[in-house]
Amino acid sequence: MTENNHGIEQPEERVPRRVIGTPPPAASTSLLGAEEHPSTEVVQVPGVTLQDEATAKKGEKYAALCFLVAFLAGIGFVVSYVVFQVGDIEKTQVSNLALGGTLTLALLGLAAGMVTWVRLVMPKYNLVQERHPMASDTETRSYVGETFMQGAAESGITKRPLLRRTLLAAAAPLGLAPLVLLRDLGPSYKDFPAKLRHTVWGEKTKDGKHRKLLVEGSGSPIRAADFNSPGGILSVVPEGYEHDLNALAKATLILIKFRPEELKPGTNLNWTHDGIVAYSKICTHVGCPAALYEQTTHHILCPCHQSTFDAADGAKVVFGPAARPLPQLPIAVDEEGYLVATADFPVPVGPSFWERGDAEAEVREAEVQKGAQS
Amino acid sequence: MSTQPVPKPVAGASGFVDDRIGAGNFLRRNLRKIFPDHWSFLLGEIALYSFIILLLTGTFLTFFFKPSMGHVEYTGSYGPLQGVMMSEAYASSLGISFDVRGGLLMRQMHHWAALLFIGGMMVHALRVFFTGAYRKPRELNWIIGVLLLTLALAEGLTGYSLPDDLLSGAGLRITEGVAISLPLVGTWITFFLFGGEYPGEDVISRFYSLHILLIPGILLALISAHMILMWVQKHTQMPGKGRTNENVVGAPFYPAFMVKAGAYFMFTFGVIALLGTFAQINPIWLFGPYTPADISAGSQPDFYMGFLEGSLRLMPAWEINVLGFTLPMSVLIPALVPMGIVMTGLALYPFIEQWVTGDRREHHIVDRPRNNPHRTSIGMAAITFYGVLWLLGANDEISSVFHVSLNWTTYVGRVLIFVGPAIAYYVTYRICLGLQRADAAVIGHGVESGVIKRLPHGEYIEVHVSPNEAIEAHMRGKEPIPVVTGGGGGDDDGIPSKAMRSPLGKLRTKMSAAYGGEKIPLDDGHGHGEGHEEHTAVGQGGDEKSLTH
Repeated sequence: MTENNHGIEQPEERVPRRVIGTPPPAASTSLLGAEEHPSTEVVQVPGVTLQDEATAKKGEKYAALCFLVAFLAGIGFVVSYVVFQVGDIEKTQVSNLALGGTLTLALLGLAAGMVTWVRLVMPKYNLVQERHPMASDTETRSYVGETFMQGAAESGITKRPLLRRTLLAAAAPLGLAPLVLLRDLGPSYKDFPAKLRHTVWGEKTKDGKHRKLLVEGSGSPIRAADFNSPGGILSVVPEGYEHDLNALAKATLILIKFRPEELKPGTNLNWTHDGIVAYSKICTHVGCPAALYEQTTHHILCPCHQSTFDAADGAKVVFGPAARPLPQLPIAVDEEGYLVATADFPVPVGPSFWERGDAEAEVREAEVQKGAQS
Repeated sequence: MSTQPVPKPVAGASGFVDDRIGAGNFLRRNLRKIFPDHWSFLLGEIALYSFIILLLTGTFLTFFFKPSMGHVEYTGSYGPLQGVMMSEAYASSLGISFDVRGGLLMRQMHHWAALLFIGGMMVHALRVFFTGAYRKPRELNWIIGVLLLTLALAEGLTGYSLPDDLLSGAGLRITEGVAISLPLVGTWITFFLFGGEYPGEDVISRFYSLHILLIPGILLALISAHMILMWVQKHTQMPGKGRTNENVVGAPFYPAFMVKAGAYFMFTFGVIALLGTFAQINPIWLFGPYTPADISAGSQPDFYMGFLEGSLRLMPAWEINVLGFTLPMSVLIPALVPMGIVMTGLALYPFIEQWVTGDRREHHIVDRPRNNPHRTSIGMAAITFYGVLWLLGANDEISSVFHVSLNWTTYVGRVLIFVGPAIAYYVTYRICLGLQRADAAVIGHGVESGVIKRLPHGEYIEVHVSPNEAIEAHMRGKEPIPVVTGGGGGDDDGIPSKAMRSPLGKLRTKMSAAYGGEKIPLDDGHGHGEGHEEHTAVGQGGDEKSLTH
C-alpha cells in the first residue's frame, strides 16, 4: 500500500506529500522546446567521454556500410518473395533459403550497424544516479493510512453491515458463474470411469458376429493360418473402427505369433489361438503405443519411457515405470479362419486412473470362484 | 545541457502530448535513466525479445492455421502425403510449410524463438539467483519471473500439440496419461480437457485458444509488470569502483541504452532468422498424421520438457491400490515432484534466505556467486538435479550413441539423481571458498607480475603488484552475509529471545551460522592492497612497481 511507485526517479525537487495515485504536477513549459541557446557542439558533461572525431568518423562509415547491407538485404527479401515459389520440397527449400537468408542479413546488418553506432560514435558513459529507499517516508505512510481509514468511514462500508454483507452476497454467485459455464466442456455423460473400462472389442458387429482383427494400415483381416511364422508381429485395429481415433486410443493391439512351447504361465492360453497372442498396444504407464518388439527376448518396449513387457509371459513388466502388464485380449478364429475377438479386455487398458482399482485382482478372484463352483 | 533548439516538428508534437498528459515530468526523470552494464544483464533481454518475435511470427501463423480436428484428405503440395486422411490442423500446418511463401520460415522461427524464449528465461533466472539479485526489494519481481517460467512451459506444451503430427500427438498422449493419473480429479480433468475420451475432437481448438490468447495474454501482462518493476526499482549493479548501494552507475537510457537494446533485439531476431533458415526444426511432414496407434522411436520433446520426460523414465514401477482406488505413483511422483521442487524452491528461496540470515535490508549491489557459497552450492545442486533428469529424458539416444545398455542408463540415473546434487553441492562449496581465498590473496598480496627479482643475498622472488583498481573495487564489493545471533530479537543482553529458544529458533540459529558469516575474510591482516612481496625481507615497494609500470 505504501509502495512508492512514482517517486524514486524524482529527487530533491519532488513535491512533498503528494498523494499516492494522483498524477504528477503538470509541466509549465512546452516539452522539449523550452531551451533556446543555439550551439552546434555536444556539451561536455562529467561522466560523458566524447569519442574523438577520427573514431566517430570511422564508426559512421562502418555503421553506414552495415545499414546499407541491411537495406539491400531487405530489398532482396521482397524480391525473393516474388521470385521463388513454394510447392515441393526442393522449391520450398530454395524459397526458405532465399527469404531466410535475406531476412537474417537485413536483421544482423541492422544490429551490427546500431552496435557500431553506440560503440564508436556515441560517447562513453559513466553517469551516476542516486538511489533512494523504496519505502516512502513515515509521514506519507501515515497520511495514506489516515486517508484510507477516513475514506472507508465516509463510504459507510465499515459501520453499515447490511450494505457490506449484501454486497458480498451479490458478488458470490457471479463469481461462480464462469465455473458453471465450464460444465459443458465435458461430455454430457457422467460415468467417465465406465467409459474407460470398455473398448469396442466388447461390441459385436452389426450382424451380431465377433469383431475381426484387421492389420493396421491395410485394413485386411488376418487368417490365423497365414500368420504362421513364429516371432511375427502385427499392429492390429478393430473391424469397423480402422480410422476412429477415439476407438483406436484404447483398442489398438499388438499381435504376436509364438511357438506353443515358448508361452509361459502368465499368458492366458484360453485366449490365444495356435500360439497367437493379442495384447493391448496402449502402454499401462501413460498411454504411448508400446510399439517396439524384440524377437529374441520376446520383449515389448514402449519407446516413450522404456517400459518393457515380456510378451511370452502375459506381458508382465520386466523393466521401466509401468506398473501393470499390458492387458491380454481373448481371441479365437471365426468359421472362415479369421482372427476375431471373443470378448472385451477383462481389465481397463492404458494408463491408470483413480477409480480403476485393482482390476487384475478382481479378475483373478472371479476366476478362482468360477473354478471352485465347477 | 542541450545545444541546439529542438526542431519544430518534434517540439510541436511533444508539446501536444505534454499539454494533454504531462509527459514532460516523466521524461525529465526517465530520459537519462541510468542502466548499469554487465554482459549477464543481457540474458533476460534474449527472453524478452524472443517473446516479441513469438508474437510476430505467431500472429502470421494464425492467419493460415486451422485449429480443427475434423478429418480431411490432404490435397496440398507435399507429394508423399497426398490422399492421406488427416486432421485439418495437420493439413493446414503442412500448408503453412509448403503452400505459403515464407510459411516454413515463420514456423521454424516461431519454434526456435520458443526455445530461445524459455532458454533465455532459464539462464536469466540462474543469473538472478546466483548473484542474489532477487533479494529485497526485488522479491516480487522474482516471483513474477517464476510464474512467467511456469506459464512459458504451459505455452510451449499447448503450442507443441497444435500441428497434430505423430510426434506432437505423442506429447499430448503423455499429457493425458499424466492428467488422468491425478488422484480424485484425474478422470474429470481429462474428460473436461478433451471433451470426452482421449483424443476426442476438441482438444486442439481448446489448446489453440489457450496458446494464442489466454496464456500469451497473461504472459504479456506479467512481462509488462516485470519490466515496470525493474524500471521503478532500477537495475541492480555489479560491485565496482564508485558503485554503492545508493547509486546506479552506467549509461543513460537515451540515447545509448535505447540503441543498444534495439541492436540487441535485432541480433536476437537475426539469430532466430538464421536458425529458422539453416537449422531445420520439427519437420512435421516426416512424421505423418497423428494416430494413437503409432509412434516413432526416439520421440523427444522440446528441451524444456526434457526434465519431466527424464523423471518419468527414471521412476521405478510403483502403483498403490487402496479400497478400490488407484494411485499410480510411478506417474504422479515424477510428473509432480521435480517440477514442484524446482518451482516452489525458486519461488520461496528469497524468503527462506531472508529468514535464515535475518537480512531485511535493501540490496542493489549484487553478489559474486563465490561470496555466498551455500546459495551457489544449492543452485548448483539444483542444476545437477535438473540436469540428470534432463539427460535421462534422452537416455535412449545416449544408449544408442554411446552403445551402452538402455537399462543401465536408467539404473545409473536412479543413483545419480540423489548422489549428483550432493556431489555438486560439496564441490561447488569448495570451489567457492577456493575462489574467495584467491580473492583474499590478490587483495592481501597483490598480483603476480611475472617479474623475477634477485635479492641482495641471492634469493629469487616474484614481484607482486597491486591489482588493477577496477578489479580490486570489484572484489572489495564483498559483504559478509548477516547471521541471526542467539539474541535474535535485537536485545543486547545476549539472552536468546523466546522465539529463538524454540526448536525452530534453534534450527534457524544453526542454519544461519552455517549459511552466513564471513568464511574467508578479504584482508587477512597482511595490510591493505599495497603491492608487496610474499617475502618480508623486501621493503622497497615503489621500486618493484616501477619495473612493471
